[in-house]
Amino acid sequence: MNDASPRGVPSTGFVQSAISARGLVKTFGRLRAVDGVDLDVPRGMIFAILGPNGAGKTTLMRMLATLSRPDAGSATVMGHDLVQAPHAVRAAIAMTGQFASLDEDLTGRENLVLLARLWGFRGRAAKARSDDLLAAFGLSEAATKQVRDYSGGMRRRLDIAASLVVTPGVLFLDEPTTGLDPNARKDVWGMIRGLAEAGVTILLTTQYLEEADQLAARIAVIDHGRKIAEGTSRELKAATGSGFLHVALADVARLDQAATILERRLEHPVQRSAEGAELSVLAGTAKAANEALADLVAAGIELSDFSMGQPSLEEVFFALTGQPGLGESRKGGDKP
Amino acid sequence: MIDTLQNVARPKSPSALSNALVFGWRAVLKFKHVPEQLFDLVMTPIMFTLLFTFVFGGALAGSPGEYLQFFLPGILVQTVVFNAVYSGMGLSTDLGKGLFDRFRSLPIWSLSPFAGLMVGDILRHLIAASIILTIGLILGYRPEAGILGVLAAFAMLIAIGFGMGWVFIVLGLLIRTPTTVMTLGFTFLFPLVFASNIMVDPGTMPDWLRAFVEVNPVSLMTTALRGLMAGGATLSQVVLALVAPVALTAILAPTTLWLYLRR
Repeated sequence: MNDASPRGVPSTGFVQSAISARGLVKTFGRLRAVDGVDLDVPRGMIFAILGPNGAGKTTLMRMLATLSRPDAGSATVMGHDLVQAPHAVRAAIAMTGQFASLDEDLTGRENLVLLARLWGFRGRAAKARSDDLLAAFGLSEAATKQVRDYSGGMRRRLDIAASLVVTPGVLFLDEPTTGLDPNARKDVWGMIRGLAEAGVTILLTTQYLEEADQLAARIAVIDHGRKIAEGTSRELKAATGSGFLHVALADVARLDQAATILERRLEHPVQRSAEGAELSVLAGTAKAANEALADLVAAGIELSDFSMGQPSLEEVFFALTGQPGLGESRKGGDKP
Repeated sequence: MIDTLQNVARPKSPSALSNALVFGWRAVLKFKHVPEQLFDLVMTPIMFTLLFTFVFGGALAGSPGEYLQFFLPGILVQTVVFNAVYSGMGLSTDLGKGLFDRFRSLPIWSLSPFAGLMVGDILRHLIAASIILTIGLILGYRPEAGILGVLAAFAMLIAIGFGMGWVFIVLGLLIRTPTTVMTLGFTFLFPLVFASNIMVDPGTMPDWLRAFVEVNPVSLMTTALRGLMAGGATLSQVVLALVAPVALTAILAPTTLWLYLRR
């Protein structure tokens, strides 16, 4: 390994991408799970791969983490070729998978000591490193408890701590907050931001638009194994067009009727929020939006809220894929 | 937190042996945290020993005491062979939970997690065999070759366990559900263990069955183990007993690596 510096960053002086992938393909039988994806992730960035279940996010990440061999294409991670030098890639990365990659029978500390020893820390040094990590992740009190007795949030924290025994150049996080309650989710977000400040490049997958919006400097949208868009959250929204009309109904029972009215007037597909009480549609101009609202009022449909502005990422996704938004949706979208 | 991340010097890469020993340590920790696994391992052989000795022993060998003298080395082989199934189940469980994804994304010797599993297996075999032997001694079994014979027999059991272990590591890698690993394992092992010379002398069996029993690796292992514990084992018996474990290791260790890296 030519990674002499602590963070696995070759000290060559010039700026390289953390990840650079060209035409990555992975097929399972007849399914092309990843179908020719290019990806460039600069060092030190939080980069999100956004897409619905089954879009190929996890498969893409597993290839980049050397867990699955690409059927075509090539990639380098921290300057090392994925296929030619997987061992060097592994020395420069860490991965926290979708399912807690912890030994449930062991205690939190034992899990970390196990990994510290595998990284080459010996005896006392391994214990000291584990205790530092437990303290940094607020798990000192649970250090001697078996992981099977941890809550979901604690497991996630330990799982991320386990990826930081040696500070990686790139940290892969596969759906880091799936299944967490809102507080635990905020904790994990804070942790991810802290890591990025420490200079770790982070590639995360998510199906939560809010998560990508909140955390990531850049977002790649993946659907059916292909990258269908990439940019900052602002760029993605701008590309979709501004002038989105969001309306919330007082009476959810009239949602269908309202959707029909909006669609007829504005001639764009109407999207429903996941909770079902809100509609959004591209209106184009304020005048058109105004007329559409007037139609709703004329039909006797009472509105509890309405606003006009940039599309939410959910609406961006809808515009890109023709599929309704995914995961959880936010109250009111992105109101300006 | 940033401090915790930045002020750490990357240690030197450890050796393959060190990696394997760490996984062995994991196996030992499992005994500490899940001691009840030993119960699964020894209850069946204890039941077999008691039932066969006292229910069938008199009819099969004249007296329970004489039968025990014949049966005990065989039940040790059976214990080790059956216990290999449990490690396959453990592996299948581990693989289902994403734990091995973490191991595979580490810069370590690829086979070290399996070497660690083997260390755990060998400990399990030794503990289970010691418990069965102790019960045998209490019931009146006497290893005529003395302590050296017993040590040689235990070394042979480790070799058998090591060879059988690969079968279930491969099954564990191929099959996602731990219970399927168990069902499949026992489906394959029951005929192998019962159509052997563990419980009875094959002299009264029909010719076609006896022909199978005589070449059944489990029979060859049992014959060698009896010889080692009673004294009078020949070199050829020992070599024949080791053919299956050596062949299984030679074929299945590379298969394991291939399956593991291919996943």
